[in-house]
Amino acid sequence: MDTQITLRVDGADRPLTVDTRTSLLDAMRERLGATSAKKGCDHGQCGACTVLLDGRRVNSCLVLAVTAEGQEVTTSDGLAADGPHRLHETFVDHDAYQCGYCTPGQITSAAGVLAEAAQGWPSAVTEDLVADRTDLTDAEIRERMSGNLCRCAAYANIVPAVAQVAVEQGVRA
Amino acid sequence: MREFRYEKAIDPAGAVALLTGEPEGAYLGGGTNLVDLMRLGVATPDVLVDVRQLTSTEVEDLPDGGLRIGAAVPNADLAAEPRVRERYPLLAQALLAGASGQLRNRATTGGNLLQRTRCTYFTDTTMPCNKRDAGSGCGAVEGLHRNLAVLGATHEGPTSPHTCIATHPSDMVVALRALDASVRVLGADGERTVPIAELHRLPGDDPARDTTLAHGELITAIDVPALPWATRSRYRKVRDRASYAFALVSVAAALDLDGSTVRDVRIALGGVAHKPWRATVAEDALRGGPATEAAFAAAAEAELAAAAPLADNAFKVPMATNMITRTLVQLAEARA
Repeated sequence: MDTQITLRVDGADRPLTVDTRTSLLDAMRERLGATSAKKGCDHGQCGACTVLLDGRRVNSCLVLAVTAEGQEVTTSDGLAADGPHRLHETFVDHDAYQCGYCTPGQITSAAGVLAEAAQGWPSAVTEDLVADRTDLTDAEIRERMSGNLCRCAAYANIVPAVAQVAVEQGVRA
Repeated sequence: MREFRYEKAIDPAGAVALLTGEPEGAYLGGGTNLVDLMRLGVATPDVLVDVRQLTSTEVEDLPDGGLRIGAAVPNADLAAEPRVRERYPLLAQALLAGASGQLRNRATTGGNLLQRTRCTYFTDTTMPCNKRDAGSGCGAVEGLHRNLAVLGATHEGPTSPHTCIATHPSDMVVALRALDASVRVLGADGERTVPIAELHRLPGDDPARDTTLAHGELITAIDVPALPWATRSRYRKVRDRASYAFALVSVAAALDLDGSTVRDVRIALGGVAHKPWRATVAEDALRGGPATEAAFAAAAEAELAAAAPLADNAFKVPMATNMITRTLVQLAEARA
């Protein structure tokens, strides 16, 4: 069933007509030419489609496009609107990818992790649940990034790439 | 995916009115389970009524010291809520043990309760499944069932229309079960409160139904009563990998000690049944008795005496027994 909506992707308003069944991911990739977010599993299990929706990381494959109207969608491309994000630079510096397919999702997810840590959110590996500060240890980064799979297994380099930005942003000791 | 009409209402009552008139419609919350099931062809609603922004996103204090959680509060926000972390550590830990950071950001509290009880046969439309396709039989009971139920399941063989050994995958609901939460529900005839013990059901002779809610009823909030001694509580989850996997077995427990005597205790299990399993046999055995490892183990064994495992999930019985015992030992030590 066709519906007219306007999506705001990486700072630009994009009016389009979509079938209600269309995911935010497919609307971006197939209709708007915004191919930064990738389709891996299409079931919310791999994280390749991760975007920031009003600043929060979500799986865009499980978001129906019609429900995203009025919200700010940010892809990895959008994080580079004013030049590379620090995560882009540290991923390059640490060789935190091989084929690169999962990388835009890793980058947006990591941006979400940093924002969540700045708000003091705990994780499943946080010892002190009521601590008001988060220290993004390696174990914390691994746990918080577990929704992003990398079939090249670049994890060993993704962790330090995220950790470096965490130090710079004051969420890692 | 079946075509559907997308509807928004102006308030919860409007959503209830909309869906009550649409027998094949469904509410859409975060969509993290429903959209996936629709894409798989398992769920086939012809109307979606979007309620994600209709119910409350607030966590409010109740007069008794408990909390009222709006149904639209995202799982991530509830886990991060300072009052939840302080008053109900087991609930925060359960939420954080579930899914991934992306899914917790999107999934709602009400939707977490109403995610489908399921197994891999439920999500595979080429396989028999009494839950998805009533009367088609159960592929799991003689197939892959390593991660399925050992308590309260119906197994009358693969061709019976009653057989179902699926598990409810939520971590959050295990903690809410231990906390005796209640669910506020709005229906066409007004509001009612459902104790969480009565929200989810065992498969019985109708495995297609996960809950006792009627079509059109909308969860608006979840009330968690005060439990001052829940400050010493814990959620433990054992799974096949360290993160982002369903529980093989999980335990939500809180322990109240009077010296070395158990004054009160709450124990609920996840990953073992069609609904979160409150370990009342173990609780009754422990109340008023000694807080010793031997007593914890005996109570856990008494609880699991009712287990009826299959060939490949029998490991869950000693695993659940050990986890109950170990979790209570840790809570007792933390109390000292």
